[in-house]
Amino acid sequence: MATVGLESKTFEKFADVVGHEDDSNYLSHDHSVLSWLFTLDHKRIALLYLVTITLMFLLGGVLAGAIRLELLTPKGDFLTADTYNKAFTAHGIIMLFFFLIPSIPAVLGNFLVPLMIGAKDVAFPRLNLFSYYLYFAGSVIALTALLLGGVDTGWTFYTPFSSTYSNSYVIVMAVGLFVVGFSSILTGLNFIITVHRMRCPGLTWFRLPLFIWGIYATSVVQLLGTPVIAVTLGLLGVERTLGVGIFDPRLGGDPILFQHLFWFYSHPAVYIMILPSLGVTSEVIATFSRKNVFGYHIIAFSSIAIAVFGFIVWAHHMFTTGISPYAAMVFSLLTFSVAIPSGIKVFSWLATMYGGSISFGTPMIYAFGFLGLFTIGGMTGLFLSTLGTDIHLHDTYFIVAHFHYIMVGGAIMGYMAAIHYWWPKMTGRLYSEFWGKLSAGITFIGFNFTFFPQFILGYLGMPRRYYEYPDEFQVLNVFSTAGATILAVGYLMPLVYMPYSFFFGEKANSNPYGGSTLEWTNTTSPPSPHNFEKTPVVTEEPYHYHGKEAAVVSH
Amino acid sequence: MFEEFKWLPDQASTVAPEVDMLMLFIVVVTVLITALVTVLTLGFAVAFRRKSESYIPAPWFGCIPLEIGWTLIPVGICLVMFSWGVKVYSNIVIPPADAMEIYAVGRQWMWKIQHPEGQREINALHVPIGRPVKVTLTSEDVIHCFSIPAFRVKQDVVPGRYSSLWFQATKAGTYQLFCSEYCGTEHSRMIGKVIVMEEADYQKWLSEGAESGQALQGRKLYTKLQCVTCHTGNAEAKAPNLEGIYRKHIPISHVDGVKIKEGTKVFADDAYIRESILYPNAKVAAGWESIMPTYQGLVTEEELLQVIAYIKALNQGQTPPRTEETPTPATIQNKNPNKEAN
Amino acid sequence: MSAIKETVQDHGQHHHKDLAHHFDTLEQQHDANTLGMWAFLLTEVLFFGGLFAAYTIYRYKYSAMFEEASNHLDITLGATNTVILILSSLTMALAVRCSQTGNSLWTGRWLLITIAFGLMFLGVKYVEWKHDYHIHLMPGKDWSGKDWWHWQYAKKAKDMETEAHKNGSAEHSLPNRKDVLADNDPSLGVRGIQDSQQARLFFLLYFCMTSLHALHMLVGFVLIGIIAYFAYQGAYSPDYYSPVENIGLYWHFVDIVWIFLFPLLYLLGAHMGH
Repeated sequence: MATVGLESKTFEKFADVVGHEDDSNYLSHDHSVLSWLFTLDHKRIALLYLVTITLMFLLGGVLAGAIRLELLTPKGDFLTADTYNKAFTAHGIIMLFFFLIPSIPAVLGNFLVPLMIGAKDVAFPRLNLFSYYLYFAGSVIALTALLLGGVDTGWTFYTPFSSTYSNSYVIVMAVGLFVVGFSSILTGLNFIITVHRMRCPGLTWFRLPLFIWGIYATSVVQLLGTPVIAVTLGLLGVERTLGVGIFDPRLGGDPILFQHLFWFYSHPAVYIMILPSLGVTSEVIATFSRKNVFGYHIIAFSSIAIAVFGFIVWAHHMFTTGISPYAAMVFSLLTFSVAIPSGIKVFSWLATMYGGSISFGTPMIYAFGFLGLFTIGGMTGLFLSTLGTDIHLHDTYFIVAHFHYIMVGGAIMGYMAAIHYWWPKMTGRLYSEFWGKLSAGITFIGFNFTFFPQFILGYLGMPRRYYEYPDEFQVLNVFSTAGATILAVGYLMPLVYMPYSFFFGEKANSNPYGGSTLEWTNTTSPPSPHNFEKTPVVTEEPYHYHGKEAAVVSH
Repeated sequence: MFEEFKWLPDQASTVAPEVDMLMLFIVVVTVLITALVTVLTLGFAVAFRRKSESYIPAPWFGCIPLEIGWTLIPVGICLVMFSWGVKVYSNIVIPPADAMEIYAVGRQWMWKIQHPEGQREINALHVPIGRPVKVTLTSEDVIHCFSIPAFRVKQDVVPGRYSSLWFQATKAGTYQLFCSEYCGTEHSRMIGKVIVMEEADYQKWLSEGAESGQALQGRKLYTKLQCVTCHTGNAEAKAPNLEGIYRKHIPISHVDGVKIKEGTKVFADDAYIRESILYPNAKVAAGWESIMPTYQGLVTEEELLQVIAYIKALNQGQTPPRTEETPTPATIQNKNPNKEAN
Repeated sequence: MSAIKETVQDHGQHHHKDLAHHFDTLEQQHDANTLGMWAFLLTEVLFFGGLFAAYTIYRYKYSAMFEEASNHLDITLGATNTVILILSSLTMALAVRCSQTGNSLWTGRWLLITIAFGLMFLGVKYVEWKHDYHIHLMPGKDWSGKDWWHWQYAKKAKDMETEAHKNGSAEHSLPNRKDVLADNDPSLGVRGIQDSQQARLFFLLYFCMTSLHALHMLVGFVLIGIIAYFAYQGAYSPDYYSPVENIGLYWHFVDIVWIFLFPLLYLLGAHMGH
């Protein structure tokens, strides 16, 4: 075994554990710390991201715990008002920018995009590593902002509160977000070029796995949308520093301009968070139904449609700000248009399952959870695109419930499905199906208990970002906090059994679930550093099952 | 905590049942579709569970009628929701012409309400049943949001401009008023009560403890701030006569220093009057020189509302002379809502 | 999807020295690099786009004051800079051409000349900004309406002087304070405050947009310098010149941004003959 740089007992054991007989997979071929920190291998970069975003997720989760604890009682007795405001701001910023937006693209995208298209790496491996370090630097800066004292503006940074009135570390946090934004842009750029130029012979666009279509659509949104938030945060920083009046009405500025600029990115950002999960769901349902995805072309186009429509609906966050009613009607109508491709996907997945041969591995359990929760989340979006009801529901807990259903019930469930699905490929190990399914179930139950009551709370009128509330809202808040406890357990469990499986799990063969895409059929588990022994040549559409790739792991 | 618990909010305004009906429709659609997806998911999972490792299902690539169906039916449902939503929305945002006006100024972290008859309230709003009420809103600092869930109305309160919402209360009682746009430390405590009273009780409440009317306060400011110096209402005036201009169309000659097409008119509403006081150069009345000084920093938002109330009430021949002691004008004293104030 | 056949470039084949390991052919590498740069420039369009959007909105809202404020900017210097930058794009294009034909020496030289033109551009901007700082037109915390109006007064005086010279008279009166300041004197608390705020917004947007542009030029200098160094070392050839081509794309983009900035910022004013 190569012993370069900082070798240690721990790494020797690591090598013993992950090395295969031929000892030439991407995990085992070099164990030094430097080989990890300066790797150009997309698969190792994916794991670097996995570790870092998991830490950020834990931090975001602790903040959520603090919020739900405070909301057990109507009075503000656990945290001070300022601390609570900083807690929900930090929770939003960390979960969105440092967990959800990278999650699937940075971990699974990095790992799988070259594998799924038969390439040796992404188009720009050094840029890829740079993206990771931008993410890391951005995280450090953001954490510095929190340690210095935090930010109390909400993750939405509305002016003039954030530009003129807030006494918190807005600029430090804005710098952190600016930096991590470039990580997002460069990752998206890398994937776009990779998919355009590095597909193996025979792999035409309509033979690509739907996960790739999902990542591609996500990357386009990342590329085009993120620069706008960068410049908006820059203007906010300029206003705070120089005291000019871009957004301050006392100095001739327009506070609503900030909202337009902010939401122009932040709405597409939510599609960055969900499109990859939609791609994952296609993969998992196909494999675990052993059947092709129904309506492949339409699903591919629907991902692009969601990405495009996502850019023209931003003002649906601003219906009560005083925009003209005609503008409101236009944005309302356009917002409905995003529902249609999403619905098409859900029905197509059901049709995929119809007549299939369905097995119930942990990834499929998570995919079922996704189907249900994404449907509810999407349906509740209809209440909000409808003008007549949005006025009443805006800035209440209904909104909080809606976006958590999509982002947690949808995106995070999709992320968990993806991690569990490709874990054997990434690590060469199988995790315990019992614990996997149990945690999926606990997560599903805990999630619904936490967030379903919030729909009712919102309809009753409880506003967001309140740490004190009238007594009549307490019952539902207690329910919600109780659910959060269960949800926390569901999320903590994989943190135990997954690392456990990494070291002690049963070794996996190259295709334990019987997948049909190139990463399953043409690489080992874990893959070799160069991915493929010989460049594959693709001769048919994806999701054709021949029986040769029959599942070895029975469920 | 169980005593106060309820599942549904009070319906206390004319628009609340409309909103609730629309909500119900969307709930039904949501429940049906979610149930459909759930049943199919679980049903297919059971019906098509793997029975043999060697069985490979036949592929199914598409089915045009099915795909058209599950595209067009959602489109149809969405269009119904959209149009119904627009209808309810227009009822929410378009006030009747005869709505009584109340003014609210939001600031960190309280609501200051002013009735035109003079009553002022902090974090409370008394309104009568059965009369449309239009609340004109502005903020002194950051963006707030005036929200009354029982009425199903909500409007952001933005500094530097006026916004408004309207409602007609239908049920006596006390309801929550919330600030619904995060505004800083005490955002959760920027709450209040909306007290809906029978008309007679409301009149009684108005007459108790009222300070002099808002318009009278405005009249005092009109002299104190020297508006009368130029807006004298006589032949030597250096500035346009403001008597009776409220809600009239005023010809203007320059916008922001730029000469514009002759004959262009502007509608003299509350926002125009406020703008003219703070940004006199924004729209200059035709035939007059742009010499008005700005009052930025010299008037608070509440004082602006009082001056506007005065100008609304200012009739022909009523501009005060510069030096007179000012007795209360008869028209301002009239609190009977059935008599025309102007 | 799993047919496996022997294909191009599997292990053991001879690698071109410039071909990165993860690409199969030089052509694929070149295409990927070029497409990557175009994609990056697309993000830059959106990056500047946010500022252009803010500018457009305020330009429409405060058109009169924006024109007044734009009058202050020196059109001659701005036009000079435009010419300088266009010339630098020419030299950059020549550098790219030389790299395509394998002329390493002149690739390096044209690249350095491009940097020289870029430095000239920044020199002119320095002169402009120093003048603005001197007459208190920087939109920072010490912006004062009084300075803005004293400048307006001085400008009006100069205009009257020029007018008088044109008419042949040696004498000219000074502008009536009332003409320039009475409506605008901040000490009266008049509309001057509002106008001054709007002018300040113009200058803020002017400085933000030109600073961002200048920052892109500085980054460009570093990158061009590095590539010039490698060019002198003979690293580029007709087989492999995409770094030069791509830095060329970047530089042309920087030029195009200025071509939008110049008319929007400098050419608004009344002195264009409104």
